[in-house]
Formats: sequence, structure tokens, C-alpha cells
Amino acid sequence: MSDALTLAARDGRHVTDEAASSPLAIRGLTVSYGQKPAIFSVDMTVEDGSMTAIIGPNGAGKSTLLKAALGIVPAVSGSATIYGTPLSKARDKIAYVPQRASVDWDFPTRVIDVVLMGMSRELGLLRPVRTRHRVRAIECLTRVGMQDFATRQIGQLSGGQQQRVFLARALAQGASLYLLDEPFAGVDAATEKAVIAVLKSLRDEGKTVVCVHHDLSTIGEYFTHAVLLNIRKVAEGPVAEAFTAETLQATYGGRLGLAQIEQLNLRAI
Amino acid sequence: MLFEALTFQLGYNATLVALGAALLGISAGATGTFLFLRKRALVSDAISHATLPGIGLAFIVMVAFGGDGRNLAGLLLGSALSAGLGLLAVQWISARTRLGEDAAIGAVLSVFFGAGIVLLTVIQTMDSGRQAGLEGFLLGATAGMLLSDALVIAIGGAAALALVVLFRRPMTLAAFDPGYAVAQGMNLQRIDLATMGLALGVTIIGLKVVGLILIVALLIIPAVSARFWTDRSDRMVVLAGVFGGLSGYVGAAISASAPALPTGPLIVLVAAALFGASLLIAPGRGVLAALIRHVGYRRQVHLRQGLLTLAQGLPIYENYTLRLLTRAGLARPDGVATEAGRAEAAKALRDEARWAMARQLQAHEAASALYDGLRPIATVLTADEIAEIDARLGPPKQVTA
Repeated sequence: MSDALTLAARDGRHVTDEAASSPLAIRGLTVSYGQKPAIFSVDMTVEDGSMTAIIGPNGAGKSTLLKAALGIVPAVSGSATIYGTPLSKARDKIAYVPQRASVDWDFPTRVIDVVLMGMSRELGLLRPVRTRHRVRAIECLTRVGMQDFATRQIGQLSGGQQQRVFLARALAQGASLYLLDEPFAGVDAATEKAVIAVLKSLRDEGKTVVCVHHDLSTIGEYFTHAVLLNIRKVAEGPVAEAFTAETLQATYGGRLGLAQIEQLNLRAI
Repeated sequence: MLFEALTFQLGYNATLVALGAALLGISAGATGTFLFLRKRALVSDAISHATLPGIGLAFIVMVAFGGDGRNLAGLLLGSALSAGLGLLAVQWISARTRLGEDAAIGAVLSVFFGAGIVLLTVIQTMDSGRQAGLEGFLLGATAGMLLSDALVIAIGGAAALALVVLFRRPMTLAAFDPGYAVAQGMNLQRIDLATMGLALGVTIIGLKVVGLILIVALLIIPAVSARFWTDRSDRMVVLAGVFGGLSGYVGAAISASAPALPTGPLIVLVAAALFGASLLIAPGRGVLAALIRHVGYRRQVHLRQGLLTLAQGLPIYENYTLRLLTRAGLARPDGVATEAGRAEAAKALRDEARWAMARQLQAHEAASALYDGLRPIATVLTADEIAEIDARLGPPKQVTA
């Protein structure tokens, strides 16, 4: 049996007792578009207080995994629990940062209005937006270095700035579990630095961060845990255990050359 | 005549129609904004055409039970039911089959409209049907409008506006970022149903005034006109309401000012005129503003390039650049820099050199992001920062030529 499978099997034994306390525990989740599964029977247990990267090749179902866990796309089977409770009772604990490209940035709204959308559960249908809400929104923008842009129309932002506004909106929710879909895709170096600093500060506050991530070279630097996914889950655990040459090979197959894997300076097994 | 019409001096019917049309326009504009933002504007076209078979069937049913087939409440109820069915058909086809929403709209719209026309033709052959005047629902018929009709519009329009206020946050969020709305625990289907239900309601109350063929114009045109004037969705809803109300009011007044001018089509034409004006003159997003901006930008680029060319003592090849420079007194028609031109050229060159240095320095990373080849560096950096850059650059070069 390969180490990856041993790892998976070992995790499988711990599944039930860990699920109760895990910020995000996914069991047997299968999603398909038509008859073709995008993810198949995925189990994963995110450790409390971790920074977990979900990695895998294009079309591996990384974004789909997040969306299905949040109920944005329907699952064929399986379920997700948040801190041991079903999703519908845990919405206040989750902040989701969708892919930047998933929305129309010509939408008529300002930066601060987007951040205020993060408080929509708190504001409900009719409660007026008060100064304290605006102050909090500006605080969230300040954390991502976007306070000077509060009254800009969102269409005037660069890609990196858009990403930071999305992160500020998630911060405004005051959640304890942060799910981010490719927060570093196509952003400038300054944004990447700002975003990772915010994510690390969240972790220091005891929050849990899960990111769909595509840059293998920064996994070790940014994250504590990794989940390797290619329709099925290949491996999960602390980066040092789950993110190995062997699991990468199993996840990416021929798409990742041996030379590329060597460049990642992984611990030999 | 038009002045009298605008000031409610043309009699009872004209006043009722103008007020009803204004209320309808306000609610249609506000509601239509959310359809437009959700990129579902054309669904309202399917909804409105799907009202027709309901009108016909309601008439037949009411006559069959010995009642008056022309009872407005009954006809509107029938139209609402069949429009709801049409809406569900569009939703179902686009969700459950591989057909897109555009194809679903096309199919539902034409099938329901066709069925409705068949029913109207059948009704024409019935004894009680000859004088029914159901064709009035196609393009609106305001001639015989009653107080009760105006009340239906007023109550329905007020209800639609109240619902817009109530659901504005979820509808805006669902339009901007549907995935995030779901992650926030919102029920996207229910929000969309509310949005579409509002459009349906506005369509029903608008049948009498603008008719089912043109109501879609009143839902969409005020919203797209409003988009030209603002970058905020909340203001857009208000503006679209104003544009819609104005279209209804002015359109109805114009039609009342002369005999045989149809109300519905005139309302749509007024809305279209407002749209045309917005498209042309709105600051920011309007066509003229964009043109002026582009011309100004082009001029700036040419001037800057021309100055930099002069600074390097090179010939100017582009006529437009030379024309600009001569007109500004910076160069002679033969392309040689004047005294002022040399000074300006030296300044431009200096600015470029400062920018080049600033862009190499880590400390000015944020400022460097603003570099566009035109902006003077003094608008981005402080005098001290520029002095520091100058110190690195050394003394200014002399400009010859």
C-alpha cells in the first residue's frame, strides 16, 4: 500500500471523532455536472486553527469542493458539517471569498457597499446601515490596505484590489472559518503579501483558513495543512506529511514533471 | 393642449390615465432595475406575452358562468396565472434542459402569445365576445379607464414598491454575487422568484395602460437609462423610478393632448427619449463624455510625445502632433522648438527621468502604479521625495535643438 493510501486510511479511522470539533468536516461528498463527477466521494477534515491549502490540477474539483461544502452547487451525495453542526445552522461562522472572476465588476456599487454586504445577515432586510457598521467596514478595508478606496466604484479597481475588497467583505462577517477560492490567482505581489498577512493574522486569532491554491511553490511557506485533490482526495494532513513528491505525482500524474517536483525541495520519502 | 394635459386640466379620464401611468412607471422602473442587474431583463418579455392566454381563458370562463366577461379583476387574475405558468416554464426549461434562458424565453413567449391570439380569435366568434375589446390588452387601452382601474394600478404599484424596499438587499446581493448570497444562507431561488414575481405584478397592472407587448420597455428602459447617471445600485433604483414615472406621466399627457394618439406607445417613446438623452449627455458613462475624454486624452498623449521628441532633437512626423505644438506656441510649423517649447520639453524630459527613477525605487512602489506616461510626478510625490530623486539623477540635461 502506498503511503498516500496509508495516510488516507489512517485519517479514515479518525473521521468520526474528529468531525465533531472540526471547523469543516466533509463526508462522502460527490458532485457532478451531468453524469461526470467533478468530485467523487471526498472526505476531509479541516483541523481547527489550521491554514489549509486545497491543491490539485485544473479541473480537479477544488472550487467545486468549496462550493458544494457551502451549498452553492448541489451535491449528489455526502454532507459537510461546520464545527459539528449542519451548514444551515452555521452560516454565521463561515466567511466565503469567491473567485474574483465570478462576478461582474461593472456592477453599480462602491467598495464600501461591497464590504457592507458582508454584514447582510446582521443587517437583515430592513435594519438601517449605521455609522458603527460603516466604521467596521472601513476597519476591514484598512486591514487589507484599501481604506482610501472606500467610495470608489468597484469597476475602477485593479485585480489585486478587487481581491482585497472581497477579503475585506469576508472579514466584515466576523466569522471563524474562512473559505477562499484562489485568493492569489492573478494578483500583484503587493496584494499577495497583504492577503497572506491578513490570513496569518486570522490564524493568530485562532480562526481557521482554507484556501483553494494553485501555486505549489508557496505551500510550505503559507500553509500548515494541505489537501491534495484530483476528483478524489489523494492526501490530506500537515504539509510535511501530505505534500510529498509521491502524493504530488499521484495528484498531478504526468502534468507535473519530475524536475518541477524536485524544485519544490520536498522531504524525500 | 400639452400644458393643460400636464396640469390635469383635460378632464377626468385624462387625469386618471396620467396618474395611473405615472404610478405604473415608477413601480416598473424600480422593479426593472433588479431584473436588469440580475441580467434577466428579457424574462419579463416572456412573462408579459404569457399573460394573453390567461386573459382569453378568464373571459371564456367568466362568460360560461354567466358573468360579465370584461370584469377587470377576473381578467387580471387569469393573466397572472398564465404569466406565472410561463415564468415557471422558462425557469424549468433553462434549469432542467441544456437550453439556455434565451431559447427558453423565445419558445415560451411565442407559444403563449400564439395560444392567446387563437383564444382571442375564438372569442371574436362568440356572441358576447364581439364587443369584449380584449385586443386592448395588447397595446393598452386607456380611453375607457375607470377609477377602479386606476386604483388597481395605484395599489398594485404601491405594493410593488414596498416589496422592492423590503427585498432590496437580497435582490442586490443575488444580482452582484449569487454564490456569496447562497453562502450567506440566502435562498437564491426564492430571491429570484421574488424579483420575477415583482416583474409579473407590474406587468399585470400595466396591461390596461401600456399593454402586454410594450410593458417590457417600461421595465427595462428606465433602468438602463438610470445606469448612465449613477454607479450606485440604490440610486439607480430611485432614478429608474423617476424616469419611469416621468415617462408614464408625460407620455399619457401627450396622448391626451390630441385625439387618436395611443397612450402606451407614447409612454414608451418618452422613455426612449429619456434613454437617448441619458446615453448622449450623461457625465461619466455617456457617449459624449466618453468622446470628450478620448479626444482630450489623445491630445495629451500627442503633446507629451511631441515634447519628448523635441527634447531629444528629433523630427516630428505626425501632423496632428505638430499642429498641437504650433497652436500651443511650442514649436514652429517647420518642427523647430520655440523658446517656450524648449522649456516645456526640458520639463517633460525631467519628469520622465524622475518617473524612471521612481519606478526603480522600492519605496515608491505604490506611486509607480499610477504611472501612465502623462501624469506629472509632482501630483504623486511630495517635493521632498522629488528632491531626493533629483539628487540621485544629478543635474538636468541641456535640451538642444
